[in-house]
Amino acid sequence: MSGASSLLHALLPLAVIATSLLAAVGIFVLAEHRHRLRSSLNLAAALAKLALVVWMGLGVLEGERYALRYTLVDGVAFVLRADALGIMFAGLSSVLWLFTTIYAIGYLENAPNRSRFFGFFSLCVASTVGIALAGNLFTFFLFYELLTLSTYPLVVHRGSAKALAAGRTYLVYTLGGGAVLLLGIALLHTLAGDVAFGAGAGLAALEAVSNPQLVLIFALLVGGLGVKAAIYPLHGWLPTAMVAPAPVSALLHAVAVVKAGAFGIVRVVYDVFGIELAWQLGVLGPLAALASFTILYGSLRALAQTDLKRRLAFSTVSQVSYIVLGISLFGPLGTAGGLVHLLHQGLMKITLFFCAGNYAETLGAHRVDELDGAGRCMPATSIAFTIGAFGMIGVPPLAGFVTKWYLGLGALEAGMGWVIGVLVASSLLNAAYFLPILHRIWFRPQRGPWPDERFRQCHDTHPLLLMPTLATAAFSVVAGLFASLPYSPLYWATVVVGREYLP
Amino acid sequence: MSLLPALVMLPLSAALASTLLPLRWRGPLGVALAVLLAGVACGLLRTVVGDGPQAHALGGWAPPLGIALVADGLAAGMVVLTATVALPCALHAALGLRGEAVEDGFWPLFWFMWAALNGIWLSADLFNLYVGLELLGLAAVGLVALKGSAGALAAAMRYLLAALLGSLAYLIGVALLYAAWGSLALADLAGFMAEAGVAQSGSLTTLVALGLMSAGLLLKTALFPLHGWLPPAHGGALPPVSALLSALVIKASLYILMRLWIMAGPALTPLALGWLLGALGAAAVFWGGWMALRQARLKHLVAYSTVAQIGYLFLFFPLFGVANMDAARLAWDGTLLMLAAHALAKAGMFLAAGNLVLAVGSPHIADLTGISRFRPLSLMSFGLAGVSLMGLPPSAGFTAKWLLLQSALASGQWVWIMVLVGGGLLSAAYVFRVFRHAFVEGPARDRFASPPLALELSALALGSASIALGLVAQAPLEWLRIGSPLATGVP
Repeated sequence: MSGASSLLHALLPLAVIATSLLAAVGIFVLAEHRHRLRSSLNLAAALAKLALVVWMGLGVLEGERYALRYTLVDGVAFVLRADALGIMFAGLSSVLWLFTTIYAIGYLENAPNRSRFFGFFSLCVASTVGIALAGNLFTFFLFYELLTLSTYPLVVHRGSAKALAAGRTYLVYTLGGGAVLLLGIALLHTLAGDVAFGAGAGLAALEAVSNPQLVLIFALLVGGLGVKAAIYPLHGWLPTAMVAPAPVSALLHAVAVVKAGAFGIVRVVYDVFGIELAWQLGVLGPLAALASFTILYGSLRALAQTDLKRRLAFSTVSQVSYIVLGISLFGPLGTAGGLVHLLHQGLMKITLFFCAGNYAETLGAHRVDELDGAGRCMPATSIAFTIGAFGMIGVPPLAGFVTKWYLGLGALEAGMGWVIGVLVASSLLNAAYFLPILHRIWFRPQRGPWPDERFRQCHDTHPLLLMPTLATAAFSVVAGLFASLPYSPLYWATVVVGREYLP
Repeated sequence: MSLLPALVMLPLSAALASTLLPLRWRGPLGVALAVLLAGVACGLLRTVVGDGPQAHALGGWAPPLGIALVADGLAAGMVVLTATVALPCALHAALGLRGEAVEDGFWPLFWFMWAALNGIWLSADLFNLYVGLELLGLAAVGLVALKGSAGALAAAMRYLLAALLGSLAYLIGVALLYAAWGSLALADLAGFMAEAGVAQSGSLTTLVALGLMSAGLLLKTALFPLHGWLPPAHGGALPPVSALLSALVIKASLYILMRLWIMAGPALTPLALGWLLGALGAAAVFWGGWMALRQARLKHLVAYSTVAQIGYLFLFFPLFGVANMDAARLAWDGTLLMLAAHALAKAGMFLAAGNLVLAVGSPHIADLTGISRFRPLSLMSFGLAGVSLMGLPPSAGFTAKWLLLQSALASGQWVWIMVLVGGGLLSAAYVFRVFRHAFVEGPARDRFASPPLALELSALALGSASIALGLVAQAPLEWLRIGSPLATGVP
């Protein structure tokens, strides 16, 4: 490999992070009223990032190695490295960043503090891509905490008493989780040194460590990460954070925060411990049980919510645990199901949150019972919502079905038949809390005037709000329909499984 | 030509010059000379990194007769850190105090303080250290009193008492040591004590001397429970003064204590004593953090945060004293990085807090409502510094905390882990308390004073530096080991 080319290979992961990091700096520097320039800069950065990730992704498929490494202090290195799993997550957040940015530009039109909002939003995405490309636990932690810090101003964006209280809850949970995670990482580092992510890396480096210590470390790591992944009983912050503007909810639920937690658990199970060691330690069974419980618990709580966004939030609590459940099934099929849900849940949930934002912005409808007849007034948004809801329930051929199919197969393969019961029960619950909404939207007549109507004629909603919604809805159809074609989410998931986890 | 004398002489001459010059020239001259001095400091560090430790006998008189200046990696690092913090503070003062009555007294005291600091970093014997300590204390008290208000004078008076008491205890200790050993050079004393063996070196005179000196230094460093003088002095002073006091002045006495500790060697510094200092540090972390959380005034919150952060630095003593070489090395690296991180972050935070107070026209945290929309830059600087103080990544505070955590794990002293992690959460609580008020979109108040941009930028520079240092800490930590006890392999 020539010198210039190897330099390029080292700088590319950095460049992917720098696109949104520099965008954040640029946005902070721009004056509040430079809306056009700020939007252009933001979109240009999002497109550039997407292009770089695609370029790197194609390279990774061909076996290229992109890695950057330098010694931060004695004994720990700052490592950025693109592998198939990282590219999967980076790709998801770059695609969704683009759409969320477009959506947010429309959503926040004429709102105050846009400079702060878009600046921290870009910073969030920079942290998320950093999490995706981190090559060891230490680097992962750097970006993981940066994500906490850069999300806080977004959660409290509205500046109301309720938003500030939500921000406080968010910090208590995430900083507490971060502290536990740090303990786990520090302990692991003392016992086993700097463990780089990689297939089977775990077993070799951890040989010297006794099993009880390993179980403790595993519990600390997963406990810390479980806060962001909103695993029961650490999920309390997520529904509270719903007071934030809709693009922030999209970011929390689909692009960055809960995904960072789930992604971290994937890394810990597969790239730090290695699936075999995790199996031998007997930690996968409890993890699967906890994930299953969270799936059912989230769905049950969702049933009881009257606020649309809160119902969606509890739905996220339930759905993200599918990912955790998938990776705790010992076998390639379950893993593929969990990994593919990382992408599928992102696409479907962001669609649903965009729709919830559209209803709230256009009609002023926040509660489920305010949505009666919304389908006639906002047909396009409602179609997107319907696609998202059916996807979550797992109706074929939508994305959610692919996930559940693979999870079911994986459960049978791992000899854990009871998981099928969990899947069926949760699908029924999903139907129970989504179908009534669909019934209200499409089949009930409108009940009097809308609470707060923004656009007088029924033209659905602002094009900047509608376009990303339809795009992500279309993606979740395509991801399911063409799951077996190259470059689909399922394809990536099988590449990851095939390349890294099977000998 | 050696750069060492210039580092002391230049600020001394600047102090004299700034009393003679017309008032309006003092600010510009201050900034220009600070740039020059920062250049000299970097030059010294380069020499030390390139050629190893430097020594210079003033006037050609070799010690023990003459005064020697010595720069190992640690001393050179402290000289550079001082310049890094003092330069933005000088800029802040030149613009922020321009035309105010206090400017008259600020510059001579500022330069005396800088001269004293450089003198302390570069001294190799206990008496020179005393002279530096005394000059530093007097300059610092003068700076606190500058404001002239009743509160400032009372705080300065209290500070003066603490400073004098501390110096007195230190001086008595120095005299006793001289009587017992006949030399005051650190290297000589270390050699004599090692040679004489514990039985003789552990004599009552020596123990009393070391005890008195340590007690005086602890008082000057404001280690809990001797911290009572600090919050009013640091909280009530002018912003650049608070920044300099918290970032640098209290570190000088800690620096001497560390040198003394290393000089006395493991025989005279049993682990139990280290544990005592560590326990006081742990108490400081929690007490300071708790008190910071309860302050109504912004600058007092920042001042109590200093009380808490000092505590981390005292974990050095139990962790460095263990036989485990890895743990000792990690403690050395972690403590010094923590010291630098706190210096940069706290100076940035005090300057930013000063800007915020200036903008809202009130010292109270509750009055910050709505500031985030109008002074985002100062709030951002406050936040960057806050990240480092909380020990969250990516920042120097985090990297330092990581090293100390590793040291605590390696030495098996698990209790400090709780201090490091719990203290970080407590500091997050008080830092975010400020943000909770700043982010309120309340009943609209949209008239705020706007400080000049340079004031905001000097705070931002320090805050950013505290973040950036965390990502490039490896090289500076290697420089600090030059000529240190770790380089020779004896902890």
